[in-house]
Amino acid sequence: MKVIASYNIKGGVGKTAAAVNLAYLAASDGYRVLIWDLDPQSAASFLFRVRPRVKGGGKALIAGKRPVDEAIKATDFDNLDLLPADFTYRNLDLHLDNQRKPMTRLRNLLAPLRHEYDLVVLDCPPSISLLSESVLHAADLLVVPLIPTTLSVRTLDQLTDFIDGFEGRRPKVLAFFSMIDRRKRLHREIAAELPAGRSDLAVTSIPALSAIERMSVQRAPVAASAPRSQATVYYRELWHEVRARVSLPAPPPPLPPDLP
Amino acid sequence: MPNALREFVLVSDMSTRGGDIPQPGDPKFSIAASGKPQNLRRAWFDTFDWRLFHAGLTLELTADRGTTELRLTGRDGELVATELAGSGQGRQLRWPCRIEELPLGPLREHLAPVVGVRALLPVAEATSVLTERRGLNEDDKTIAMLTVDKMTVTGHRSAAIPVRIAVEPLRGYQAQAAKLADSLAQIAGVLPATASSLESALSAADKKPGDYTSKINVELAAEMPAALAVTLVLERLFDTVEANLPGTLGDIDTEFLHDLRVAVRRTRSVLKLAGSVLPADLVNRYRPEFKWLGDLTTPTRDLDVYLIGYPSMTRQLVAATGQELRPFQDYLRRQRALSCRQLARGLRSAKFSALASQWRHDLAKIAQEPAPRPAAGKFAARRIATAHQKVLRRGSVIDANSPPQALHELRKRCKELRYLLEVFASLHDPAEQWRAVRELKALQDCLGEFQDTEVQRAELRAFATQMMADRSAPAETLLAMGEIATTLAGRQQAARREFAGRFAEFASPQGRARISALARGAA
Repeated sequence: MKVIASYNIKGGVGKTAAAVNLAYLAASDGYRVLIWDLDPQSAASFLFRVRPRVKGGGKALIAGKRPVDEAIKATDFDNLDLLPADFTYRNLDLHLDNQRKPMTRLRNLLAPLRHEYDLVVLDCPPSISLLSESVLHAADLLVVPLIPTTLSVRTLDQLTDFIDGFEGRRPKVLAFFSMIDRRKRLHREIAAELPAGRSDLAVTSIPALSAIERMSVQRAPVAASAPRSQATVYYRELWHEVRARVSLPAPPPPLPPDLP
Repeated sequence: MPNALREFVLVSDMSTRGGDIPQPGDPKFSIAASGKPQNLRRAWFDTFDWRLFHAGLTLELTADRGTTELRLTGRDGELVATELAGSGQGRQLRWPCRIEELPLGPLREHLAPVVGVRALLPVAEATSVLTERRGLNEDDKTIAMLTVDKMTVTGHRSAAIPVRIAVEPLRGYQAQAAKLADSLAQIAGVLPATASSLESALSAADKKPGDYTSKINVELAAEMPAALAVTLVLERLFDTVEANLPGTLGDIDTEFLHDLRVAVRRTRSVLKLAGSVLPADLVNRYRPEFKWLGDLTTPTRDLDVYLIGYPSMTRQLVAATGQELRPFQDYLRRQRALSCRQLARGLRSAKFSALASQWRHDLAKIAQEPAPRPAAGKFAARRIATAHQKVLRRGSVIDANSPPQALHELRKRCKELRYLLEVFASLHDPAEQWRAVRELKALQDCLGEFQDTEVQRAELRAFATQMMADRSAPAETLLAMGEIATTLAGRQQAARREFAGRFAEFASPQGRARISALARGAA
């Protein structure tokens, strides 16, 4: 089981859009996928029409009083389940702080699911906190949406420096330009200059497209509601890069046809 | 947590409107379309004696355009094991199918102890048109998948099968899905499904699960004329002979011949032990006929016993290897093929056809005008008491030095007592019958082990002689066979040692009282 986290310290950069579409595309490739909506704003849960409520709240989950698999809900899509958000997730930091090993808590909570899922996608809240650190320790790959501004590039550098300081296990990082507006000169310039010499930057960029914005109206991943849209094409390319970066084994083959 | 799956049927007037699902009455829920209809070919399998049915299991093969799958489910429809049919060992399964022909895997592991040596036969075939629907909540979130199943049984112009709806909750939505199902259940014309798909298919094909048993399931009454009771039993026994005839001729599995043979042996015993209530000329005429039929089945059954026991024989080898014994197995198989041909010739002969038709005819005549006396209850009591005394008398004089023949004779008397108990079982209290038969069976098993090992050793010697004459046995095979003979001798000695204890239990005051109580109860 591989774990990817859609993460950025900033809000409104396209984390949830990336998380739900990557999760959906992985599931439609035949991988068994769980997306965990860790953000108390519950955007991912909303997009999958799942009510943001976990019995016992975040406290019971983090404390292990309620098994994670009991809180999981099926989405409307094959192979794709969701662990919903809950408003109490705003206090996850506090609950983690009460644990003996808060940094590895998230990874330990996910461990029992390793036979059930091939991929877990964490949709993270925008913050730098104990929860973020626990996410960094649980993830195999951080998918970091970047709006092409000087500040966000600096944030990426801070993040990679921070991870480099980890002892032992470190997640890989794959940043991608998100919400690129080609009409903005700064966006064009940074998108053109930055990739040179950076292995942690994806080739794929996701432009600001109305189809992506409409996801909140459709309440479904754009890859599901508009499978032939340009937005889906971009997310699919990004998914291929993520899959390669996380070294996910080939999905289970489709069932063989009848033998003669 | 509420249930996993709820199933309903639509009454016929709703089915004719296209079989779609009516919208639930509860406004919190709705039904939405999902996907195109899918055609599914289905077949269900069981053994001839319905072992899966009795074990609460259902084995179904489904085939659509892409895949053919075998699914084994339990009483509540829960999946026990599954296997992609046709993928095993690179070849497609042929039906009837013996357990060793199924690909290795969980499905075979689950089936093997239930099915044993019996083959799996198709019991019903059907085609289903499956349409998926989504059950939605107020957020238009799917909470359950609904499958509408319009099934038609293949090859039968029978009553229409009601359209079936299965409501399967999505993960985390069991409670809401249960409410949706409750709401559907309140719609007029939607009824909870009381029969499984298999039961519906069997009913449409005019089949009844569990309708075959090798037991003598005839309801007798103590007051009925004994002649009528005996005739009904003989008719039932010949039903069993005829039911097993096609399977024996087709060599589908070894139990067909076994059941046929047991029915013949029971018939012979009934004629011998209870024939006095039937016309003497009839008994005198048919006893040799059924002896002929019994003898016809002996060689093949003996070889079957050897071949069924072959894997355990090879496991018991210490000095020799299974490979060294292989020519013996090949020899047994060749001999069996020959004896099967002789058996088939006999069962297809004019002699057998004449026996079958004349026997039925003669029994029917007796059943029309049976001799009014004696009554079945009293007659059964007397016969059981006599047979019981014979067993006690013969058994009490057997000691460690008695010849094998004495144990063999005792075994035959035990069989006679057992058959009488089974034939007149419906006159007895089932609990008392069970207790009496349990001790007798333990004694019979011990005697059977003693006698079977005796016979097998003699046969083994005969096989070895014949194989040497045919030059089909290398020296190491004969040595391996010698090792088997030693094992058989050891088993026989163990059975002999066990005998005294078994008989003492059977002949104890409590054991005697149990059989006497049965005899009294029947009267």
